[in-house]
Amino acid sequence: MKRRRASFAKLWLLCLALAAVIVARAHYITDLSAFLPASPSPTQQLLVDQLRDGPASRLILIAIEGGDAGARARVSAAMAARLRRDRQFSSLNNGEPVTAERDREFLFQHRYLLSDQVSAARFSEPGLHAAILDTIDELASPVGLMLKSLLPNDPTGEMLHIIDQLERTPSPTTSDGVWVSPDGTRALMVAQTAAGGSDTDAQERAIEAVRAAFADVREPAPATGAKPLQLKLSGPGVFAVGARAKIEHAAVRLSIASSILVVTLLFAVYRSLPALALGLAPVASGAVIGIAAVALGFGAVHGITLGFGITLIGESVDYSIYFFVQSRRLPPNEASASSWQRAWWPTIRLGMLTSVCGFASLLPSGFPGLAQLGLYSISGLIAAALVTRYVLPELLPSGFVIRDVTPVGLRVAGLLRRVRQLRGIHLAAFSVALAASALAVLRLHHDTLWNRELAALSPVSAEDRNADAKLRGDLGAADVRDLVIVSGPTLDSVLSGAERAAQTLGALVDAKVIGGFDSPANYLPSAATQQARRDSLPAPAPLLDNLQRATAGLGLSSGRLQPFLRDVEAASHAPPVTVQDLQGTSLRAGFDALILHERDRWHALLPLHAADSAQAVDTARVMAALQGAELEETRVLDLKQESDALYEGYLSEAIHLSLAGVLAILVLLMITLRSPLRVARVLAPLLLAVLTVAAGLSLCGVQLTILHLVGMLLIVAVGSNYALFFDRQASVHQAGGESLTLASLVIANASTVIGFGLLSFSQVPVLVALGTTVAPGAFLALLFGVLLAAPDVSNPGPPHSGASRA
Amino acid sequence: MLAWLCGAGGDLDAVMGLLAMRQHGRVEFIEQQFLAVLDHPIESSGELRYDAPDHLEKRTLLPRPENLVLAGGVLTVERRGRKHAIDLHRYPQIQPFVESIRATLAGDRSALERIFHVEFAGSVERWTLILVPVDHQLARTVKQVQIDGSRDQLQRIEIRQADGDRSLMTLRAAAAP
Repeated sequence: MKRRRASFAKLWLLCLALAAVIVARAHYITDLSAFLPASPSPTQQLLVDQLRDGPASRLILIAIEGGDAGARARVSAAMAARLRRDRQFSSLNNGEPVTAERDREFLFQHRYLLSDQVSAARFSEPGLHAAILDTIDELASPVGLMLKSLLPNDPTGEMLHIIDQLERTPSPTTSDGVWVSPDGTRALMVAQTAAGGSDTDAQERAIEAVRAAFADVREPAPATGAKPLQLKLSGPGVFAVGARAKIEHAAVRLSIASSILVVTLLFAVYRSLPALALGLAPVASGAVIGIAAVALGFGAVHGITLGFGITLIGESVDYSIYFFVQSRRLPPNEASASSWQRAWWPTIRLGMLTSVCGFASLLPSGFPGLAQLGLYSISGLIAAALVTRYVLPELLPSGFVIRDVTPVGLRVAGLLRRVRQLRGIHLAAFSVALAASALAVLRLHHDTLWNRELAALSPVSAEDRNADAKLRGDLGAADVRDLVIVSGPTLDSVLSGAERAAQTLGALVDAKVIGGFDSPANYLPSAATQQARRDSLPAPAPLLDNLQRATAGLGLSSGRLQPFLRDVEAASHAPPVTVQDLQGTSLRAGFDALILHERDRWHALLPLHAADSAQAVDTARVMAALQGAELEETRVLDLKQESDALYEGYLSEAIHLSLAGVLAILVLLMITLRSPLRVARVLAPLLLAVLTVAAGLSLCGVQLTILHLVGMLLIVAVGSNYALFFDRQASVHQAGGESLTLASLVIANASTVIGFGLLSFSQVPVLVALGTTVAPGAFLALLFGVLLAAPDVSNPGPPHSGASRA
Repeated sequence: MLAWLCGAGGDLDAVMGLLAMRQHGRVEFIEQQFLAVLDHPIESSGELRYDAPDHLEKRTLLPRPENLVLAGGVLTVERRGRKHAIDLHRYPQIQPFVESIRATLAGDRSALERIFHVEFAGSVERWTLILVPVDHQLARTVKQVQIDGSRDQLQRIEIRQADGDRSLMTLRAAAAP
C-alpha cells in the first residue's frame, strides 16, 4: 500500500509539472476569432478575413466633443499632425486638405489613363465636339467654375469625370478646415492602423497613441463654464480592445468573487484548512491539465477558454465535497477512503462520464472556441476525478476528519419529507404538467426562441453600437453590406476582372437595380486597359486636325487649347500608372480598402450602393446579372446575411451535436444502469430542469444563443451527478446514507449556484448567458432530482431520524 | 414717413419682410455668361423655382436641359439623366453663387450678412442690393453680386467674378403653366 501511495502522488506531481511547463509555453490568442469558423467555405473565408484583418477592421473613428468649435478644430489639427508622423497609422484623415494638392496632381497628370471615357471615338472630330460642348455646359453651371482654369488643358472634361467616378460616397461636413458632425458639435477624424484588426495588442497600442496625442494637445477648458474637450473613440479595434479588457476584467473579478464565496462555503463546511486545500486540489489540477490539453490539441489557447474553462469544470469541486462528506460517516482511516471508493466512486465516475459525453458534443464544433471548451472540460474533469479517486485518499493526513454535516442533510431531509407527502400520483402529475407547460411556452416562442444573429455573441453593448452607428453616420461612412468580389492570382487579373464586372454593374445602375458601386479599377486601371487607353490617343497632327474642325463655331478656338495638345502627346508616351504612383495620395487608402491580398490570391472588392437608401440591394438580381455575363471568379457577398448564416449554421450544428451528446449519455446510462426505469429516473429531473430554464428564459424575453446551449449541457453535466447519487442511494439501501448524500449534494449545489449566479451579474453577454442558464438549472436539477427520487430515499435510517427531531 | 425716419436700413428690412412673406415663387430667366476663355457669351434660359425656406431650383431648358436643385447644404446637378450631388461645405467657393439668391428670396437678412457685406440702395419700389463676400477666400472667386428688384420681385442678378468673368441673369414673371 505504501508503495502504491507514493507512486500515485509522484505521478500526479509529475503530470502537474509537465502540464505547467506546457501551459507556460503555450501560445495564447486574445482576439475574437474563437467565434469565427475554422474551416469555412471560400466566401466565408473572405468574410472572416474581412472581419479579422480587412481595411474596415483597421479603422479607428475619432470624435472630439466639448469646448468650442475653434478649440475642437485646433485640437483635431494638432492631433492629426502628430498621428500622421506615427508609423502605427497607415492613414489619418480629419478633412484637412493635406493630400488634396497631391491627389489633384495625380489625377490630373494621369487623367487620360484613369478616365474610362478615353477611347479613339472620343478623340475623333464628333467625339471632341460633343465633349467640348459638354464642358462648356459644365462651365455655365456652378460646378464648372472650379474647372475653368483647367479648360485649356482638359477641354474634354476628363478631370471632372474622374472625380465623379471616385466621389460616390458623400464626404463629411467641413468647418474651420476640419471634418465635423452635421450639427457641428463634434470634430471628426478617421485613422487607419497599419496592423490588422485581429492584432488586438497592436490595436491597443494604436488607441493608446490616439489618447496620448489628445492628452498632449488638449487645451485647458476655458474659464467660462464651457465643457472641457473630450475624446470619443469607436471602431472594430476599439471594440475588440474594450471587449478583451471587459472579458478579462469580468473573468478576473468574477473568478475572485466566486472563489472567495466557494472557499468560504467550503471552509464553513469543512472547518479545516488542510481539507480546504485538499478539496481544491482536484479542480486546480483539472484546470492546469485542461489548458495543457488544449495547448497540445489546438496549438494555441483562446482567451475565452482560459476565462470560462474553470467555470465549466466547477463540477469537479463537487467531487471532493462528495468524497469528504460521504466518507465522513465511516471511521477516519484508510479503510474509510477505500470503502468510499467501493460505495461511491462508481457513481462519481458515471457522473463524470455523463458530463464528458455532454462536453464531447462540443469537440467537433466548427467554432474553435467551443471545441476548445469541450476538450478543456473533458480533460479537466477526467483529471479532477482521477485526482479525487487516487490522489486525495493518499494525501489525507491520518486522523483527518471534517466537521459532521449530517445536521445539514437532516434539516434538508426534514423539509423534503413534507414535500414528499405529495408522493406518487401528485408528483407525477406535477412533473408532467410542468414539462407540458414548459413545452407549450417553448412552442409558443418557437419562432423567436433562438437568436440567429452573430451580433448576439458580440461583447459590445447596444449603447456602444449605437454610438458607433452615429459616428459612422456623421462621417458618411455607413456600413457596407453588399460587395461584389473578384478573385484572381495577380493584382492585375483582379483589376481586369473588376473592369469586366463594372460593365455589368453599370448596366444595373442604368436599370436602377443598384444606385452605384466603387471599384479599385477606378483608382488603378488594369495594365491592358491603360494600354488600350494610351493607344487610343491620336498623334499630334490628326488630333490638331480633329480639334480644329470640332471647335468650329463653339467659341473656343483651338489656338487656346495648345496645352491640351501637349498633354495628350505626353500621355501617349507616359509609362503606365502603378500602385507606387498612388503613394502619398489619399487615393492609396481608398485603393487599399478595396483590395485584399492573402498568400497567392488577390481579391478586388466592389461595394454596392443601394438605389434607394431605405432598401437593401437586390443581391439575387446582381448575382443573376453577373452569372449571365459569365464572369469568372466573381461573386456577390451580403456581409450581414452571410455572417448571420454562418452563425446560424453553427447554432444548428451545436443543437444537433448537443442532441447527439444527450443520446450518448442515454446509451451510457443504459449500459451501466441496465434498467430503463432507472435511466428514466436519472434523466427525468435533468430534462425537466433544462425545459423549465429554457421556458423561463423565453418568458423573460431572452433569445437563446449558442452559449445558452452550452449552459444547458452544463445543467445536464452537473445535474447528472445529483440524479445518479439518488439512484445509487435508492439501489444500495445504505442505512443513514441519505442525510449525508443530501448534505454533500446541497453543498455542491450551493457552490455551483454561487459560481454561475455571479456570472449573471457580469456585463459580458456570453457570461450572462451561461450564468442565467446554469445557476437556476443546477438548482432545479437538484430539486427535481430529490422530488423524483425513488421512495426509499425518503426514509433515513433510524439512528438519524431521532437526531433530526432533537 | 416711418420709412424715411428709419432710412435705408428700414427699406432693406421692408424689402426683406416682403420677400420673407412669399412662400413660393416661379420666374423665367435668361442668363448670359461672359467667360474670357470663350469668344462669345453662353446663353441659356429656363425657370427658377423657390419654396420657403431653403429650396431653390434652377431648371435650364435651353440650349440643353439641366436641373440644379439646392436643398439644405447640398446642390444637386442633373444633366442628361445623370445626377451629381455637391456638398456646399466641401466647395465653399460655390456658396456665394447660390446663397446670394437663396437668402435674398428667403428675405433672410442675417443669412445674407453671414456671407456678404450688404449694401442697399433705392427704395422698396426699386431697389438694388450689392453683396460683397466677407470671407477673403470667397472674395478671390466672387467679387460682387448685384441684385435689382422691385418689392418682392427679383429682376436682375449680376455676378462678377474676380477673374473678370461675369454672368447676368434677367428674371420675369413666369407665364401661367
